[in-house]
Amino acid sequence: MTLAVRVIPCLDVDAGRVVKGVNFQNLRDAGDPVEMARVYGDEGADELTFLDITASSGNRETTYDVVRRTAEQVFIPLTVGGGVRTADDVDRLLRAGADKVGVNTAAIARPELLREIAERFGRQVLVLSVDARRCPDGTSTPSGFEVTTHGGRRGTGIDAVEWAHRAADLGAGEILLNSMDADGTKDGYDTAMIAAVRKHVSVPVIASGGAGRLGDFSPAIEAGADAVLAASVFHFGDLRMGEVKEALRAAGHTVR
Amino acid sequence: MARNATKSVVVLDYGFGNVRSAERAVARAGARVEITRDLDAAMNADGLLVPGVGAFSACMAGLRAARGDWAVGRRLAGGRPVLGICVGMQILFSRGIEHGEESEGLDEWPGTVGPLEADIVPHMGWNTVRPPEGSRLFAGLDADERYYFVHSYAVHEWEFAAHHAVRAAPKVAWATHGRPFVAAVENGPLWATQFHPEKSGDAGARLLTNWIETL
Repeated sequence: MTLAVRVIPCLDVDAGRVVKGVNFQNLRDAGDPVEMARVYGDEGADELTFLDITASSGNRETTYDVVRRTAEQVFIPLTVGGGVRTADDVDRLLRAGADKVGVNTAAIARPELLREIAERFGRQVLVLSVDARRCPDGTSTPSGFEVTTHGGRRGTGIDAVEWAHRAADLGAGEILLNSMDADGTKDGYDTAMIAAVRKHVSVPVIASGGAGRLGDFSPAIEAGADAVLAASVFHFGDLRMGEVKEALRAAGHTVR
Repeated sequence: MARNATKSVVVLDYGFGNVRSAERAVARAGARVEITRDLDAAMNADGLLVPGVGAFSACMAGLRAARGDWAVGRRLAGGRPVLGICVGMQILFSRGIEHGEESEGLDEWPGTVGPLEADIVPHMGWNTVRPPEGSRLFAGLDADERYYFVHSYAVHEWEFAAHHAVRAAPKVAWATHGRPFVAAVENGPLWATQFHPEKSGDAGARLLTNWIETL
């Protein structure tokens, strides 16, 4: 009777291969995305997310091919983000087999993009990805959290909570909230940030950044997240999907 | 599943659905499947699958432009199976209301598709369903099985009165997000699901197989 908490592995894909580095540097090769997607699907992942970090736009065809091959073999929802700049980019990813598309930097530059995508494809396909951090010393936003770009290295001065709220108004059907402070640390999700966004947003929120131990997932849900996303802990076998679900269940949350 | 290999299914391509996912899932369930907007093919297939994502009004406009409304009506008049998925189910009702504006549906069933009434919308993720007694669609599936939903609108009141039924009364499955809503309907040759069987893993595959076996 209750919606299950979703556990979502995220695969960073560069030119058709899975990579994930600590704080987005020091990338390590962790395999074939299609094969990994299939394994995660079999293990009980509730959705999959591909983040395309391919630098050259000339290699986009590789991404579409990976999405196409994944969609042929995996029968759970697939979100693809990274480098999405126009509604036509969304169209190509949906046609390749993506169910949802993540938009990040391009929406910061031009928020109207969110409305355009939602009007053309429906808000259920549109995930706004927010790379946020606690405001560094000497800077501030009303919530104390700011939106960053360039993998967390550049602050924008935009309030992360206000941005999430505005994006949902413009048409985002879901917020992927990635803590750039926590990302890669394995010290747990930034629960204060999750709670701050949850309070002001009525679309689903996916917590991202910081998962390291089995005990890290439940606090993110208790802070208000509808789903938890993690990458390296799954790819390198530190944690298994089943263990994470069991830990959530033991903490009193509904899982699939 | 090999016994389904002789069954043919057309996924109607009218511009408003994740036709690839539906195609792959139906193929996995063992049927021969084709994505097309060709009405002859849609009329001749053993089963017609009508997907649908996005807005109710846009889907209806797209369906009419492709004359899919005609194909659905003709098939049902002849007792030929049709399966609607997500907005492909919603447009089977009398009307949809989005942002206060009403648009006409196919009116196969009385009822109104309106905004979900819940704290968090869209309803996105895996939820349980309460299947009706004697359901063929959910045959062999456990009561605690979960299916993938992603939608902001739903039918909260089932308005079909007993005297509307030509033969047996439709079987209705319910799910709850904020309030109970219609999650699936089995009504003679016309079946539909609000959730996405093509994205619901093994449970969804079983459900599609159940449909294909009736073709």
